[in-house]
Amino acid sequence: MAEVHGQDQGKSFDKGIGLVGFKLLFYILMLITVTYTSLYTGVTFVLKIVFLPVKYFSVNAYEKVLEFGRSLTKPFSKFVDAFKERFPHMAEALSETFHGDGDKAEGNRVFFYFLFPALFSFVLMVIVPFLLGIYYSLTDFGGVSDPDFVRFENYKEIFEDFRYYYSFYRTALYSILNIIAINVVAFSLAILVTQKLKIKNLMRAGFFMPNLIGGLVLGYIFQFIYSQAVKAIGAWDLIVTIFGEPIMQQNMLTSGASNSMIAIIIVITWQYAGYIMMIYIAAIQNIPQQLVEASKIDGANAFQRLKTITLPLVAQAFTVAMFLTLTTSFKQFDTVFAMTGGGPTDKLPGFFVNMFGLTTQPPVPTLDLMAVNIYNEAFAFSNFGVGQAKAIIFFVILLVISLVQVYYNKRREVEL
Amino acid sequence: MENVKPMVKDNRKKIDVPKILLTLFGLFLLFIFFLPFVLVIINAAKENIAIISDPLAMPETFGQIFKNIGEILDNTSVRYVRSFFNSLVITTLSLFLIGVSSGMAAWVLVRRKTKMSFFIFMFFLSGMVIPFQVVMIPLVRLLTILGRTTGIPFKDSLHGILLAYMGFGAPLSVFLFHGFIKSVPVDVEEAAIIDGCSKPQVFFKIVLPLLKPIFVTLLVLNGMWIWNDYLLPSLVIGTAGDFQTLPMAVQFLVGSFLRQWDLILTSVLMAAIPVVIAFFFAQKYIIRGMTSGAIK
Repeated sequence: MAEVHGQDQGKSFDKGIGLVGFKLLFYILMLITVTYTSLYTGVTFVLKIVFLPVKYFSVNAYEKVLEFGRSLTKPFSKFVDAFKERFPHMAEALSETFHGDGDKAEGNRVFFYFLFPALFSFVLMVIVPFLLGIYYSLTDFGGVSDPDFVRFENYKEIFEDFRYYYSFYRTALYSILNIIAINVVAFSLAILVTQKLKIKNLMRAGFFMPNLIGGLVLGYIFQFIYSQAVKAIGAWDLIVTIFGEPIMQQNMLTSGASNSMIAIIIVITWQYAGYIMMIYIAAIQNIPQQLVEASKIDGANAFQRLKTITLPLVAQAFTVAMFLTLTTSFKQFDTVFAMTGGGPTDKLPGFFVNMFGLTTQPPVPTLDLMAVNIYNEAFAFSNFGVGQAKAIIFFVILLVISLVQVYYNKRREVEL
Repeated sequence: MENVKPMVKDNRKKIDVPKILLTLFGLFLLFIFFLPFVLVIINAAKENIAIISDPLAMPETFGQIFKNIGEILDNTSVRYVRSFFNSLVITTLSLFLIGVSSGMAAWVLVRRKTKMSFFIFMFFLSGMVIPFQVVMIPLVRLLTILGRTTGIPFKDSLHGILLAYMGFGAPLSVFLFHGFIKSVPVDVEEAAIIDGCSKPQVFFKIVLPLLKPIFVTLLVLNGMWIWNDYLLPSLVIGTAGDFQTLPMAVQFLVGSFLRQWDLILTSVLMAAIPVVIAFFFAQKYIIRGMTSGAIK
């Protein structure tokens, strides 16, 4: 009875909103104190060690260096002094929870000192730029002068720009085709290398190899292959004429919208299929062997086994692979940037012209995928504000896609 | 009596035709998969004129590859050797820093079961959905401002890029460490504390060695990413900076010698070889690491 009572008390104790608020405030204050102490002790400590040799040449210079270190942390110490003056009790409690001798104080110290490096770099390099980015997307930031606040002008400009819609359309098209190509190739390869063949390990390693080469380097390799080697092989001309427009300059990359996209998809599939294959292999190997044996005894042929056993049982791996291919396709930058830098220009397709009521067919870069578009907007044209607004839209689209994906993933898990 | 044959089993192996066909098909696929590599290797050993006239022909002599390498190394504006060592230093140092800092953070987040640690953990996870394109523009600006206000240069400096990699590597690493540490029993740590270890000692002497499998996974995942990364160093270091990395050197070469395919391909080959060598030595870890990272 006493136990139950105690638990109830604990629950109501936790529920008090005021207490949670106080706790939060307490933690924030603690974080500030720890930042201060680690900065203060950290900076002076590092300076003391680094400039130790200086001490032997000139004590004066050494003192000056230390003075510089203290001046760096002076704003913090001012702040802390003001805080101590204002809330002496809280300051004492804080210093007790943090600088005391007990186990709890040591636990607190370890908690914050251990958390500090990762949290500090993460906040400084990811969270602060992210928040800054939301602000910059509302300004006319051009890189040189200080940004002026322009409200939603950038977003308005983007939503009226047919080029951005075209870029989104190309990215979506590319992603869909890419997902299909990669998953079909990866699944077929996985089926092939899970057969009882002697060279299966060699094949696994071999198909995985393209993944090791970085996107940029890979892009240059394929720029070479498309511009020089494809011509020489010759047989590829036939394949391309079947798929898209005939090759104009005997270079798939620079001849027309569909050709360049097919060219890119071939490269990314070649690079990524081995990786996705590994995920499928893990799933296929997890299939209980009894099921396969039983179906063999019942007289199922290989195709029936694939359809009724393998495919349903790797469904979960399929969602993982789908998610991975989707996000990487949407974020594709390095390889496309190295290969085409935005792609060959082509006339805007007819339905876009009609949709936006344009009078002419303006030329547009055809492989201007969203990530490449953001980069060019910002670093080639120095429209940082517009580029950042595009990046924020990009982020929202990616977030929505990921959430939808997670939602379906969860639903499927319930079914299984 | 002569008609009775001895009941000896036929020892000759049955020839499995489908299996042989599958093997041949697999070899054919492997050949296609390796074709781009083969093309790079044979053309890296040619002069530019030979490449343009026939990129499929075998090179006359593979000695040309060393001439090409020499030409790249001699070129002072490419700074290939320096870039190579920069890449090596940046990759190893940031791998070490990401591993230790994320491990430390994940450990205290797992072991202290408060709302605060759950909140911080979720905060780290939120970093995984932020694509780099969203933060790159403000990041450059922030580093410039930081450099101006503190007097310590953050752009084109080693600590700047290391800090950036620590920040961008933290979400995935903390997540993977967090999952792993949950399965490590607390008993060992408690025993160590009773024996007189301080908490930091517990982590560095007892927990860290136990984290080896996940540490290796993270080395692979982050190592592949950092070695091949182009966008982050090109923004944080700048294309002509002192700490120029290998992908940037390759890009510089492509930009400066347009259509000098012999040099470009040789440099590409040289950039790819360290990773391929690492792959041959640690194939098992790399494949396991990459796939376990995928199934988050």
